[in-house]
Amino acid sequence: MNIEEINHLAKLSGLELNPEQTKQISKELENILSLVDELQSVDTSGVEPLFHPIAVIEALQQALRPDEATEGNNRMSNMLSAPAVHEGLFLVPKVIE
Amino acid sequence: MNWHEKSLSELSQAIFAKEVSSVELTQYFLKRISQYKGLNAYLDVQEELSLRDANFADELIAKGQAGPLTGIPVAHKDVFVTKDWKSTAASKILENYLSPFDARVVERLGIRGAGMVCLGKTNMDEFAMGSSNENSAYGPALNPWNTQYVSGGSSGGSAVAVAAGLAPIATGTDTGGSIRQPAAFCGITGIKPTYGSISRYGMIAYASSLDQAGPMGKSAADCGLMLNAICGHDQRDSTSLRREPDNYLRLLGKNWSETAQLPLQGLRIGVPEEYFAQGLQEEVGQAVRAALKQFEDLGATCIPVSLPKTKLSIPVYYVLAPAEASSNLSRYDGVRFGYRAKEYKDLTQMYERTRSEGFGAEVKRRILIGTYVLSQGYYDAYYLQAQKIRRIIAQDFQTAFTICDVLMGPVAPQVAWKVGEKSKDPVEMYLEDIYTLSPNLAGLPAMSIPCGMSTEGLPIGLQIIGNYFAEAQMIQIADHYQHVSSWHQLAPSSSVTSSGGSL
Repeated sequence: MNIEEINHLAKLSGLELNPEQTKQISKELENILSLVDELQSVDTSGVEPLFHPIAVIEALQQALRPDEATEGNNRMSNMLSAPAVHEGLFLVPKVIE
Repeated sequence: MNWHEKSLSELSQAIFAKEVSSVELTQYFLKRISQYKGLNAYLDVQEELSLRDANFADELIAKGQAGPLTGIPVAHKDVFVTKDWKSTAASKILENYLSPFDARVVERLGIRGAGMVCLGKTNMDEFAMGSSNENSAYGPALNPWNTQYVSGGSSGGSAVAVAAGLAPIATGTDTGGSIRQPAAFCGITGIKPTYGSISRYGMIAYASSLDQAGPMGKSAADCGLMLNAICGHDQRDSTSLRREPDNYLRLLGKNWSETAQLPLQGLRIGVPEEYFAQGLQEEVGQAVRAALKQFEDLGATCIPVSLPKTKLSIPVYYVLAPAEASSNLSRYDGVRFGYRAKEYKDLTQMYERTRSEGFGAEVKRRILIGTYVLSQGYYDAYYLQAQKIRRIIAQDFQTAFTICDVLMGPVAPQVAWKVGEKSKDPVEMYLEDIYTLSPNLAGLPAMSIPCGMSTEGLPIGLQIIGNYFAEAQMIQIADHYQHVSSWHQLAPSSSVTSSGGSL
């Protein structure tokens, strides 16, 4: 994986990497990808992907609950761990120039 | 009285007989926690909050409103959110995070549920990503049998707490072996139940289609008692199964077959050949085979079986888990909770710096891998292909279960390794998960019970894998073994335990 690809991947991942980290990560990702490349050796034609493990033995039904509000307005406790707040609102850096 | 050596039912009897109060028990364990602080088992302890709960439990007991777990202390893995204790998932990005609500597991076990007293939050690998606890942003929990060795991961702190007598029982979570492997490394019993049995509500998400909570305790019976209190449908978790709650202790002490003379006569144990292939440490293999021999003495029959895709579980897992993680961890953006970078020039850089400074190296690796395998052009080759092989792995188990009732083998290829020994090479660490990943991919219940000691004095674990919803049978089987073996009763010597760290 070249430096450009890693930088693009970091961008998609919302991560910032310095040049040294980029080099290190590039090597590590290569190793991990060569480990997972073994997947290509298996013939999976006709096999359906399995997203929920229990689907192997029983048909799954989407669990729905009654459409009722169960949580009250907990503004204070919900904002308790926010890094920056102002008058009950989350503060973020300027979005529109 | 050595309360830390007692089983849950002994503690409960002592509470009912007024030999000890919940407050006294809680004080006893809090004292041990501070005495063995060097093990780094706990990330947050708030004595006054624990004692508040214990007082409440004593009131319930006095009013005759106590159940089998009322007043008994419990430790929670830091992946479960709690209102009163900090919830960090051992990450810097959640340092000082206080949740506005309790996780369903915490609520069900807590003082307004089963009546247990929370002792605090236990150490773990950051966001449950790791097999040695070395990925904790707050330093690793150390193995109480020898503090130069890792405790295993990711639920290392919970395993250490139980093994060192710093909690009678603890909660853990298991995405690829995170309950079973540290249980094996520390010489305790741990169960990962069938996927969907326990609500994931309030469990800080890593890989949602694999994550499952479970008990970590001193015996199969203790774990069963906790399972009874935490299993069941929860409408706040859409993957939680709608099933009648089982009594996981209903088969305890009963023979496998009612008409048989020996306790496990008629039980067919499948022994997967792939679990004894190259790479298995000789001592581990010997201890597991000795345990299988003991099961035969109890009347069981061992049958060779094959799980041909065992080796592929590693690449399948290391595609699926990072894929789900990359999505789950996108919520950490420095806006609504947690850490925010100090310096940035705009919103995007605030996100990127917050995440880069807040996440540890392994978490970043998994986010990058997950993003890669989900990206356009790679999705079919990696993610979809892995989900297809996942089905083949699950079907291989069903084929095995046509000729056997449970599967048994080692939990991990070797005993605990030295701190620092494998932390340089991520892939080397991933390979250690080979025996534990498949049950998660298939959603099957699996447990770890102690079955031996290495010559260096480190515990060895036996893995029991059952078919879906076979937890009661697995507990029955493990309990029979624990009646004829004493590995689960061994405790690390307090001089070794206290040599770790800052005492």
